[in-house]
Amino acid sequence: MNTFEHVTVTDGNEAVKLLSERGGAAGETKIIAGGTDLLTLMNASLIAPQRLVNLKAARALRYLRFAEDGALHIGALATLADLERDAGVARRLPILVESVRDAATPQLRAMATVAGNLLQRPRCWYFRGAPHCWLKGGAECFARDGENKYHAIFGASSCVAVHPSDLAPALLALDAELLINGPSGVRTLPLAAFFHEPTNDARIEHTLAPDEVITEIRVPGQPEGANGAYLKMMDRQAWAFALASAAAQLSVEDGVIQQARIVLGGVATVPWRATQAEDALTGQQLTPELARTAAEAALAGAAPLAHNGYKVPLARELVRRAILRAGSVPHP
Amino acid sequence: MADTSETAAAPRTHVSLQVNGTTREVDIEPRRTLLSVLRDDLSLTGAKPGCEMGNCGACTVLLDGEAVYSCLTLAVECTGREITTIEGLSASGELDPVQQAFIAHDALQCGFCTPGQILAMKALFATNPHPDDETIERAMSGNICRCGAYPKILAAARALAGTQAAQQ
Repeated sequence: MNTFEHVTVTDGNEAVKLLSERGGAAGETKIIAGGTDLLTLMNASLIAPQRLVNLKAARALRYLRFAEDGALHIGALATLADLERDAGVARRLPILVESVRDAATPQLRAMATVAGNLLQRPRCWYFRGAPHCWLKGGAECFARDGENKYHAIFGASSCVAVHPSDLAPALLALDAELLINGPSGVRTLPLAAFFHEPTNDARIEHTLAPDEVITEIRVPGQPEGANGAYLKMMDRQAWAFALASAAAQLSVEDGVIQQARIVLGGVATVPWRATQAEDALTGQQLTPELARTAAEAALAGAAPLAHNGYKVPLARELVRRAILRAGSVPHP
Repeated sequence: MADTSETAAAPRTHVSLQVNGTTREVDIEPRRTLLSVLRDDLSLTGAKPGCEMGNCGACTVLLDGEAVYSCLTLAVECTGREITTIEGLSASGELDPVQQAFIAHDALQCGFCTPGQILAMKALFATNPHPDDETIERAMSGNICRCGAYPKILAAARALAGTQAAQQ
Protein backbone atom coordinates (compact mmCIF):
# COMPACT_ATOMS: atom_id res chain seq x y z
CA MET A 1 0.00 0.00 0.00
CA ASN A 2 1.21 3.51 -0.82
CA THR A 3 1.98 6.05 1.89
CA PHE A 4 -0.58 8.79 2.43
CA GLU A 5 -1.55 11.62 4.69
CA HIS A 6 -4.43 10.76 7.01
CA VAL A 7 -6.88 13.44 8.13
CA THR A 8 -9.89 12.90 10.39
CA VAL A 9 -12.96 15.09 9.90
CA THR A 10 -16.11 15.35 11.96
CA ASP A 11 -18.65 16.37 9.33
CA GLY A 12 -19.40 16.23 5.62
CA ASN A 13 -18.59 19.92 4.98
CA GLU A 14 -15.04 19.50 6.22
CA ALA A 15 -14.68 16.47 4.00
CA VAL A 16 -15.87 18.42 0.93
CA LYS A 17 -13.40 21.21 1.70
CA LEU A 18 -10.50 18.77 1.78
CA LEU A 19 -11.70 17.01 -1.38
CA SER A 20 -11.90 20.37 -3.21
CA GLU A 21 -8.38 21.45 -2.27
CA ARG A 22 -5.48 21.06 -4.69
CA GLY A 23 -7.88 21.46 -7.60
CA GLY A 24 -10.01 18.52 -6.50
CA ALA A 25 -7.84 16.24 -8.63
CA ALA A 26 -9.58 12.91 -9.10
CA GLY A 27 -8.12 10.22 -6.91
CA GLU A 28 -5.71 12.55 -5.08
CA THR A 29 -7.82 12.68 -1.94
CA LYS A 30 -10.27 9.93 -1.04
CA ILE A 31 -12.84 9.50 1.69
CA ILE A 32 -12.42 6.47 3.93
CA ALA A 33 -15.40 5.29 5.97
CA GLY A 34 -15.82 1.51 6.34
CA GLY A 35 -12.68 1.02 4.27
CA THR A 36 -13.66 -2.50 3.23
CA ASP A 37 -13.48 -1.74 -0.49
CA LEU A 38 -11.08 1.22 -0.47
CA LEU A 39 -8.30 -0.66 1.33
CA THR A 40 -8.57 -3.68 -0.96
CA LEU A 41 -8.23 -1.31 -3.94
CA MET A 42 -5.18 0.33 -2.32
CA ASN A 43 -3.66 -3.03 -1.37
CA ALA A 44 -3.89 -4.06 -5.01
CA SER A 45 -2.38 -0.68 -6.10
CA LEU A 46 -5.48 0.04 -8.19
CA ILE A 47 -5.62 3.45 -6.55
CA ALA A 48 -2.96 5.36 -4.66
CA PRO A 49 -4.52 8.41 -3.00
CA GLN A 50 -2.09 10.89 -1.47
CA ARG A 51 -4.52 11.71 1.30
CA LEU A 52 -7.30 9.82 3.07
CA VAL A 53 -10.05 11.76 4.77
CA ASN A 54 -11.45 9.66 7.60
CA LEU A 55 -15.18 10.33 7.78
CA LYS A 56 -15.86 7.74 10.50
CA ALA A 57 -15.51 10.37 13.22
CA ALA A 58 -18.54 12.23 11.77
CA ARG A 59 -20.77 10.31 14.15
CA ALA A 60 -23.81 12.44 13.36
CA LEU A 61 -23.89 10.76 9.93
CA ARG A 62 -24.63 7.34 11.41
CA TYR A 63 -28.39 7.01 11.81
CA LEU A 64 -31.54 5.29 10.61
CA ARG A 65 -34.78 7.16 11.19
CA PHE A 66 -38.27 7.18 9.81
CA ALA A 67 -39.62 10.67 9.11
CA GLU A 68 -43.26 11.65 9.65
CA ASP A 69 -44.03 11.15 5.96
CA GLY A 70 -42.86 7.54 6.28
CA ALA A 71 -39.55 8.13 4.50
CA LEU A 72 -36.52 6.29 5.84
CA HIS A 73 -33.47 8.50 6.22
CA ILE A 74 -30.24 6.51 6.23
CA GLY A 75 -27.13 8.38 7.33
CA ALA A 76 -24.19 7.76 5.00
CA LEU A 77 -22.24 6.13 7.83
CA ALA A 78 -24.97 3.68 8.86
CA THR A 79 -23.49 0.23 8.46
CA LEU A 80 -25.01 -2.73 6.67
CA ALA A 81 -25.29 -4.35 10.11
CA ASP A 82 -27.29 -1.35 11.36
CA LEU A 83 -29.81 -1.93 8.55
CA GLU A 84 -29.85 -5.68 9.12
CA ARG A 85 -30.69 -5.31 12.82
CA ASP A 86 -33.21 -2.47 12.73
CA ALA A 87 -36.68 -3.64 13.78
CA GLY A 88 -38.46 -0.75 12.06
CA VAL A 89 -36.71 -1.45 8.77
CA ALA A 90 -37.52 -5.14 9.07
CA ARG A 91 -41.21 -4.36 9.57
CA ARG A 92 -41.64 -1.57 7.02
CA LEU A 93 -39.00 -2.27 4.36
CA PRO A 94 -38.20 -6.00 4.54
CA ILE A 95 -36.55 -5.86 1.10
CA LEU A 96 -33.68 -3.88 2.64
CA VAL A 97 -33.02 -6.45 5.37
CA GLU A 98 -33.20 -9.27 2.81
CA SER A 99 -30.69 -7.47 0.61
CA VAL A 100 -28.06 -6.96 3.31
CA ARG A 101 -28.32 -10.18 5.30
CA ASP A 102 -26.54 -12.28 2.66
CA ALA A 103 -24.09 -9.54 1.68
CA ALA A 104 -20.45 -10.33 2.55
CA THR A 105 -19.92 -11.51 6.15
CA PRO A 106 -20.90 -10.34 9.65
CA GLN A 107 -17.48 -8.70 10.09
CA LEU A 108 -17.75 -6.81 6.80
CA ARG A 109 -21.36 -5.80 7.47
CA ALA A 110 -20.25 -4.37 10.83
CA MET A 111 -17.60 -2.29 9.05
CA ALA A 112 -19.10 -1.38 5.66
CA THR A 113 -21.25 1.73 5.32
CA VAL A 114 -24.37 2.10 3.21
CA ALA A 115 -22.89 4.97 1.15
CA GLY A 116 -19.65 3.08 0.62
CA ASN A 117 -21.61 0.04 -0.51
CA LEU A 118 -23.07 2.10 -3.38
CA LEU A 119 -19.59 3.33 -4.37
CA GLN A 120 -17.77 -0.02 -4.35
CA ARG A 121 -15.88 -0.99 -7.48
CA PRO A 122 -16.49 -4.20 -9.45
CA ARG A 123 -14.95 -7.54 -8.53
CA CYS A 124 -14.00 -8.54 -12.11
CA TRP A 125 -10.75 -10.49 -11.90
CA TYR A 126 -9.20 -8.53 -14.77
CA PHE A 127 -10.06 -5.23 -13.08
CA ARG A 128 -8.82 -6.39 -9.66
CA GLY A 129 -5.74 -8.04 -11.13
CA ALA A 130 -2.73 -6.81 -13.08
CA PRO A 131 -4.19 -6.44 -16.62
CA HIS A 132 -4.54 -2.84 -17.77
CA CYS A 133 -8.16 -3.32 -18.73
CA TRP A 134 -10.51 -0.82 -20.33
CA LEU A 135 -12.09 0.15 -17.00
CA LYS A 136 -8.63 1.07 -15.71
CA GLY A 137 -7.95 3.23 -18.77
CA GLY A 138 -6.68 0.52 -21.10
CA ALA A 139 -7.77 -0.26 -24.65
CA GLU A 140 -9.64 -3.51 -24.14
CA CYS A 141 -12.04 -5.32 -21.84
CA PHE A 142 -10.32 -8.67 -21.39
CA ALA A 143 -13.41 -10.31 -19.92
CA ARG A 144 -15.54 -9.75 -23.00
CA ASP A 145 -13.81 -12.56 -24.91
CA GLY A 146 -12.04 -14.06 -21.92
CA GLU A 147 -13.09 -15.66 -18.63
CA ASN A 148 -16.52 -14.16 -18.19
CA LYS A 149 -18.66 -16.59 -16.19
CA TYR A 150 -19.37 -13.93 -13.54
CA HIS A 151 -19.89 -11.10 -15.99
CA ALA A 152 -22.66 -9.02 -17.54
CA ILE A 153 -25.61 -10.15 -19.64
CA PHE A 154 -27.00 -6.62 -20.10
CA GLY A 155 -25.60 -3.22 -20.93
CA ALA A 156 -23.89 -1.12 -23.56
CA SER A 157 -20.64 -0.33 -21.77
CA SER A 158 -17.27 -1.46 -23.14
CA CYS A 159 -16.84 -3.01 -19.67
CA VAL A 160 -18.67 -6.24 -18.82
CA ALA A 161 -17.92 -6.35 -15.07
CA VAL A 162 -21.02 -6.51 -12.88
CA HIS A 163 -21.95 -4.17 -10.07
CA PRO A 164 -21.29 -6.04 -6.82
CA SER A 165 -23.82 -4.38 -4.50
CA ASP A 166 -26.78 -6.30 -3.06
CA LEU A 167 -28.21 -3.22 -1.40
CA ALA A 168 -28.27 -1.10 -4.57
CA PRO A 169 -30.95 -3.11 -6.45
CA ALA A 170 -33.17 -3.01 -3.35
CA LEU A 171 -32.70 0.74 -2.87
CA LEU A 172 -33.43 1.34 -6.56
CA ALA A 173 -36.59 -0.73 -6.29
CA LEU A 174 -37.63 1.63 -3.47
CA ASP A 175 -36.97 4.74 -5.63
CA ALA A 176 -34.30 5.92 -3.18
CA GLU A 177 -32.58 9.30 -3.49
CA LEU A 178 -29.17 10.51 -2.38
CA LEU A 179 -28.32 13.70 -0.54
CA ILE A 180 -24.94 14.79 -1.84
CA ASN A 181 -22.75 17.44 -0.31
CA GLY A 182 -20.47 19.32 -2.71
CA PRO A 183 -18.59 22.63 -3.01
CA SER A 184 -21.76 24.49 -4.01
CA GLY A 185 -24.02 22.98 -1.36
CA VAL A 186 -26.33 20.02 -1.05
CA ARG A 187 -28.03 18.40 -4.03
CA THR A 188 -30.57 15.61 -4.26
CA LEU A 189 -30.04 12.91 -6.84
CA PRO A 190 -32.30 9.96 -7.62
CA LEU A 191 -30.30 6.77 -7.15
CA ALA A 192 -31.33 5.85 -10.70
CA ALA A 193 -29.33 8.88 -11.96
CA PHE A 194 -26.39 8.13 -9.67
CA PHE A 195 -25.62 4.81 -11.35
CA HIS A 196 -24.22 5.14 -14.83
CA GLU A 197 -22.71 2.61 -17.20
CA PRO A 198 -19.00 3.34 -17.63
CA THR A 199 -18.30 5.31 -20.82
CA ASN A 200 -15.10 6.23 -22.65
CA ASP A 201 -14.94 9.58 -20.89
CA ALA A 202 -16.12 8.37 -17.47
CA ARG A 203 -14.85 4.87 -16.70
CA ILE A 204 -16.70 4.55 -13.44
CA GLU A 205 -20.09 3.20 -12.39
CA HIS A 206 -21.53 6.35 -10.82
CA THR A 207 -21.87 10.09 -11.32
CA LEU A 208 -20.56 11.30 -7.94
CA ALA A 209 -17.94 14.01 -8.56
CA PRO A 210 -14.50 13.62 -6.95
CA ASP A 211 -15.21 16.58 -4.64
CA GLU A 212 -18.62 15.36 -3.45
CA VAL A 213 -19.69 13.29 -0.46
CA ILE A 214 -22.90 11.27 -0.03
CA THR A 215 -24.40 12.31 3.31
CA GLU A 216 -27.78 10.58 3.29
CA ILE A 217 -29.77 7.93 1.46
CA ARG A 218 -33.48 8.61 1.54
CA VAL A 219 -36.13 5.99 0.90
CA PRO A 220 -39.56 7.54 0.25
CA GLY A 221 -42.53 6.34 2.27
CA GLN A 222 -44.19 3.38 0.57
CA PRO A 223 -47.95 3.18 0.00
CA GLU A 224 -50.21 0.96 2.11
CA GLY A 225 -50.02 -2.59 0.91
CA ALA A 226 -46.52 -2.21 -0.51
CA ASN A 227 -44.12 -5.06 -0.02
CA GLY A 228 -40.81 -6.15 -1.43
CA ALA A 229 -38.39 -9.04 -1.68
CA TYR A 230 -34.74 -9.53 -2.57
CA LEU A 231 -33.44 -12.89 -3.72
CA LYS A 232 -29.78 -13.66 -4.38
CA MET A 233 -28.08 -16.69 -5.85
CA MET A 234 -24.48 -17.39 -4.86
CA ASP A 235 -22.16 -20.23 -5.80
CA ARG A 236 -21.70 -20.93 -2.08
CA GLN A 237 -24.02 -20.18 0.81
CA ALA A 238 -21.89 -17.49 2.44
CA TRP A 239 -19.57 -14.66 1.46
CA ALA A 240 -20.08 -14.58 -2.25
CA PHE A 241 -21.17 -11.90 -4.65
CA ALA A 242 -24.41 -12.48 -6.50
CA LEU A 243 -24.31 -14.67 -9.59
CA ALA A 244 -27.59 -12.90 -10.11
CA SER A 245 -30.13 -11.29 -7.83
CA ALA A 246 -33.59 -9.82 -8.10
CA ALA A 247 -35.29 -7.03 -6.16
CA ALA A 248 -39.05 -6.67 -6.47
CA GLN A 249 -41.14 -3.99 -4.79
CA LEU A 250 -44.89 -4.04 -5.41
CA SER A 251 -47.78 -1.88 -4.29
CA VAL A 252 -50.97 -3.89 -4.43
CA GLU A 253 -54.49 -2.56 -3.91
CA ASP A 254 -57.50 -4.89 -3.95
CA GLY A 255 -55.33 -7.52 -5.57
CA VAL A 256 -54.26 -5.21 -8.42
CA ILE A 257 -50.65 -4.09 -8.79
CA GLN A 258 -50.56 -0.29 -8.70
CA GLN A 259 -46.81 0.10 -8.99
CA ALA A 260 -43.99 -2.37 -9.62
CA ARG A 261 -40.23 -2.01 -9.44
CA ILE A 262 -38.03 -4.85 -10.64
CA VAL A 263 -34.24 -4.46 -10.45
CA LEU A 264 -31.62 -7.09 -11.20
CA GLY A 265 -28.20 -7.38 -9.57
CA GLY A 266 -25.10 -9.14 -10.84
CA VAL A 267 -26.08 -8.77 -14.50
CA ALA A 268 -24.65 -5.41 -15.66
CA THR A 269 -22.10 -2.72 -14.78
CA VAL A 270 -24.89 -1.07 -12.83
CA PRO A 271 -27.99 -2.43 -11.05
CA TRP A 272 -30.35 -3.20 -13.92
CA ARG A 273 -33.91 -1.96 -13.88
CA ALA A 274 -36.30 -4.23 -15.78
CA THR A 275 -38.92 -1.72 -16.94
CA GLN A 276 -40.52 -4.20 -19.36
CA ALA A 277 -41.25 -6.49 -16.43
CA GLU A 278 -42.67 -3.56 -14.47
CA ASP A 279 -44.95 -2.66 -17.40
CA ALA A 280 -46.15 -6.26 -17.61
CA LEU A 281 -47.13 -6.16 -13.92
CA THR A 282 -48.69 -2.72 -13.57
CA GLY A 283 -52.49 -2.66 -13.48
CA GLN A 284 -52.72 -6.43 -13.42
CA GLN A 285 -53.95 -8.99 -10.92
CA LEU A 286 -50.93 -10.80 -9.51
CA THR A 287 -51.04 -14.48 -10.43
CA PRO A 288 -48.31 -17.10 -10.81
CA GLU A 289 -48.80 -16.84 -14.58
CA LEU A 290 -48.34 -13.06 -14.55
CA ALA A 291 -45.14 -13.43 -12.53
CA ARG A 292 -43.85 -15.86 -15.14
CA THR A 293 -44.70 -13.47 -17.98
CA ALA A 294 -43.04 -10.54 -16.20
CA ALA A 295 -39.91 -12.60 -15.47
CA GLU A 296 -39.66 -13.50 -19.15
CA ALA A 297 -40.00 -9.82 -20.05
CA ALA A 298 -37.25 -8.93 -17.58
CA LEU A 299 -34.73 -11.14 -19.37
CA ALA A 300 -35.98 -10.59 -22.92
CA GLY A 301 -33.10 -8.32 -23.89
CA ALA A 302 -30.30 -10.31 -22.27
CA ALA A 303 -27.14 -10.85 -24.33
CA PRO A 304 -25.01 -13.40 -22.51
CA LEU A 305 -21.28 -13.83 -23.16
CA ALA A 306 -19.54 -17.13 -23.92
CA HIS A 307 -19.49 -18.45 -20.35
CA ASN A 308 -22.42 -16.86 -18.55
CA GLY A 309 -25.50 -18.07 -20.42
CA TYR A 310 -26.60 -19.76 -17.19
CA LYS A 311 -27.37 -16.32 -15.76
CA VAL A 312 -30.38 -15.85 -18.04
CA PRO A 313 -32.60 -18.66 -16.66
CA LEU A 314 -31.17 -18.06 -13.19
CA ALA A 315 -32.10 -14.38 -13.15
CA ARG A 316 -35.46 -15.13 -14.76
CA GLU A 317 -36.38 -17.57 -11.99
CA LEU A 318 -35.16 -15.16 -9.29
CA VAL A 319 -37.38 -12.43 -10.74
CA ARG A 320 -40.38 -14.78 -10.85
CA ARG A 321 -39.91 -15.84 -7.24
CA ALA A 322 -39.17 -12.31 -6.00
CA ILE A 323 -42.41 -11.03 -7.57
CA LEU A 324 -44.45 -13.81 -5.93
CA ARG A 325 -42.70 -13.31 -2.61
CA ALA A 326 -43.25 -9.53 -2.72
CA GLY A 327 -46.93 -10.18 -3.52
CA SER A 328 -47.17 -12.82 -0.77
CA VAL A 329 -48.29 -15.42 -3.32
CA PRO A 330 -47.19 -18.91 -2.26
CA HIS A 331 -44.77 -20.37 -4.79
CA PRO A 332 -42.75 -23.56 -5.17
CA MET B 1 2.70 -7.61 5.00
CA ALA B 2 5.99 -6.89 3.30
CA ASP B 3 4.60 -4.04 1.24
CA THR B 4 3.71 -2.02 4.33
CA SER B 5 7.20 -2.13 5.80
CA GLU B 6 8.10 1.32 6.96
CA THR B 7 10.76 3.56 5.58
CA ALA B 8 12.59 6.19 7.60
CA ALA B 9 11.16 8.99 5.44
CA ALA B 10 7.48 8.15 5.85
CA PRO B 11 5.74 10.39 8.37
CA ARG B 12 4.44 8.70 11.48
CA THR B 13 1.52 9.43 13.73
CA HIS B 14 1.40 8.90 17.47
CA VAL B 15 -1.52 6.65 18.31
CA SER B 16 -2.85 5.56 21.67
CA LEU B 17 -4.71 2.24 21.48
CA GLN B 18 -6.82 0.49 24.12
CA VAL B 19 -5.85 -3.15 23.68
CA ASN B 20 -7.19 -5.82 26.04
CA GLY B 21 -7.85 -3.19 28.71
CA THR B 22 -4.38 -1.64 28.54
CA THR B 23 -3.29 1.60 26.86
CA ARG B 24 -0.59 0.99 24.25
CA GLU B 25 1.29 3.84 22.60
CA VAL B 26 2.70 3.43 19.09
CA ASP B 27 4.26 5.67 16.44
CA ILE B 28 3.04 4.36 13.13
CA GLU B 29 2.48 5.26 9.52
CA PRO B 30 -1.21 5.88 8.74
CA ARG B 31 -1.16 3.04 6.20
CA ARG B 32 -0.49 0.40 8.87
CA THR B 33 -3.39 -1.97 9.44
CA LEU B 34 -4.55 -2.84 12.93
CA LEU B 35 -3.48 -6.42 12.18
CA SER B 36 0.11 -5.44 11.43
CA VAL B 37 0.36 -3.14 14.46
CA LEU B 38 -1.01 -5.80 16.80
CA ARG B 39 1.42 -8.39 15.49
CA ASP B 40 4.56 -6.43 14.68
CA ASP B 41 4.50 -3.57 17.19
CA LEU B 42 2.60 -5.08 20.12
CA SER B 43 3.71 -8.72 19.75
CA LEU B 44 0.09 -9.88 19.88
CA THR B 45 0.34 -12.60 17.26
CA GLY B 46 -3.00 -14.31 17.96
CA ALA B 47 -4.69 -12.45 15.09
CA LYS B 48 -3.40 -14.10 11.92
CA PRO B 49 -2.60 -12.72 8.48
CA GLY B 50 -4.45 -15.03 6.09
CA CYS B 51 -5.78 -13.50 2.88
CA GLU B 52 -5.30 -9.89 4.05
CA MET B 53 -8.23 -8.82 1.89
CA GLY B 54 -11.25 -9.52 4.07
CA ASN B 55 -12.00 -12.98 2.74
CA CYS B 56 -10.89 -15.45 5.42
CA GLY B 57 -11.53 -14.12 8.94
CA ALA B 58 -8.21 -15.23 10.47
CA CYS B 59 -7.49 -11.62 11.48
CA THR B 60 -10.81 -11.16 13.33
CA VAL B 61 -10.62 -9.04 16.50
CA LEU B 62 -13.28 -7.26 18.53
CA LEU B 63 -13.72 -3.50 18.22
CA ASP B 64 -16.03 -2.27 20.98
CA GLY B 65 -17.25 -5.85 21.25
CA GLU B 66 -18.07 -6.26 17.56
CA ALA B 67 -16.14 -8.70 15.35
CA VAL B 68 -14.22 -6.96 12.55
CA TYR B 69 -11.39 -7.79 10.16
CA SER B 70 -8.21 -6.16 11.45
CA CYS B 71 -6.59 -6.55 8.01
CA LEU B 72 -9.04 -3.99 6.58
CA THR B 73 -8.89 -1.61 9.54
CA LEU B 74 -6.36 1.21 9.76
CA ALA B 75 -4.78 1.32 13.22
CA VAL B 76 -4.86 5.14 13.28
CA GLU B 77 -8.65 4.93 13.11
CA CYS B 78 -8.90 2.79 16.26
CA THR B 79 -8.18 5.48 18.84
CA GLY B 80 -10.90 5.61 21.45
CA ARG B 81 -12.10 2.11 20.58
CA GLU B 82 -11.81 -0.93 22.82
CA ILE B 83 -9.74 -3.54 20.98
CA THR B 84 -9.94 -7.16 22.15
CA THR B 85 -7.63 -9.83 20.78
CA ILE B 86 -7.52 -13.52 21.62
CA GLU B 87 -4.80 -12.74 24.16
CA GLY B 88 -7.31 -10.56 26.03
CA LEU B 89 -9.81 -13.36 26.59
CA SER B 90 -7.62 -15.16 29.11
CA ALA B 91 -5.92 -12.10 30.62
CA SER B 92 -6.96 -13.20 34.11
CA GLY B 93 -5.20 -16.54 33.61
CA GLU B 94 -8.43 -18.43 33.10
CA LEU B 95 -9.72 -19.40 29.68
CA ASP B 96 -12.88 -17.78 28.39
CA PRO B 97 -15.97 -20.06 28.20
CA VAL B 98 -15.76 -19.93 24.38
CA GLN B 99 -12.16 -21.12 24.52
CA GLN B 100 -13.13 -23.87 26.94
CA ALA B 101 -15.94 -24.97 24.64
CA PHE B 102 -13.52 -25.17 21.69
CA ILE B 103 -11.24 -27.45 23.74
CA ALA B 104 -14.10 -29.57 25.05
CA HIS B 105 -15.48 -30.12 21.56
CA ASP B 106 -12.13 -30.44 19.78
CA ALA B 107 -13.19 -27.57 17.52
CA LEU B 108 -9.84 -27.13 15.80
CA GLN B 109 -7.14 -29.01 13.97
CA CYS B 110 -4.21 -26.83 12.87
CA GLY B 111 -5.46 -23.88 14.92
CA PHE B 112 -4.57 -21.11 12.47
CA CYS B 113 -8.14 -19.84 12.15
CA THR B 114 -9.05 -20.53 15.78
CA PRO B 115 -8.38 -17.09 17.35
CA GLY B 116 -10.65 -15.52 14.71
CA GLN B 117 -13.28 -18.23 15.12
CA ILE B 118 -13.34 -17.78 18.90
CA LEU B 119 -13.64 -14.00 18.69
CA ALA B 120 -16.44 -14.23 16.12
CA MET B 121 -18.26 -16.60 18.47
CA LYS B 122 -17.52 -14.35 21.44
CA ALA B 123 -19.20 -11.45 19.61
CA LEU B 124 -22.24 -13.62 18.88
CA PHE B 125 -22.74 -14.74 22.51
CA ALA B 126 -22.24 -11.21 23.80
CA THR B 127 -25.48 -10.17 22.07
CA ASN B 128 -27.37 -13.47 21.92
CA PRO B 129 -26.77 -16.05 24.68
CA HIS B 130 -29.06 -18.70 23.13
CA PRO B 131 -28.65 -18.61 19.35
CA ASP B 132 -30.25 -21.31 17.19
CA ASP B 133 -28.24 -23.19 14.57
CA GLU B 134 -29.02 -20.80 11.75
CA THR B 135 -27.97 -17.81 13.84
CA ILE B 136 -24.73 -19.56 14.79
CA GLU B 137 -23.96 -20.47 11.19
CA ARG B 138 -24.64 -16.93 10.01
CA ALA B 139 -22.53 -15.40 12.79
CA MET B 140 -19.63 -17.72 11.95
CA SER B 141 -19.90 -17.35 8.17
CA GLY B 142 -17.09 -14.79 7.99
CA ASN B 143 -14.45 -17.24 9.25
CA ILE B 144 -13.03 -19.95 7.01
CA CYS B 145 -11.54 -23.16 8.45
CA ARG B 146 -9.50 -24.98 5.82
CA CYS B 147 -9.23 -28.06 8.10
CA GLY B 148 -13.01 -28.27 7.97
CA ALA B 149 -13.65 -28.26 11.71
CA TYR B 150 -17.04 -26.63 11.14
CA PRO B 151 -19.20 -29.41 12.69
CA LYS B 152 -17.17 -29.27 15.90
CA ILE B 153 -17.18 -25.48 15.95
CA LEU B 154 -20.97 -25.72 15.67
CA ALA B 155 -20.99 -28.29 18.50
CA ALA B 156 -18.99 -25.90 20.70
CA ALA B 157 -21.46 -23.12 19.99
CA ARG B 158 -24.45 -25.38 20.66
CA ALA B 159 -22.98 -26.35 24.01
CA LEU B 160 -22.60 -22.69 24.95
CA ALA B 161 -26.11 -21.93 23.71
CA GLY B 162 -27.52 -24.77 25.80
CA THR B 163 -29.08 -26.33 22.71
CA GLN B 164 -26.70 -29.26 22.42
CA ALA B 165 -28.89 -31.92 23.99
CA ALA B 166 -32.02 -30.91 22.11
CA GLN B 167 -30.32 -31.10 18.72
CA GLN B 168 -28.18 -34.19 19.07
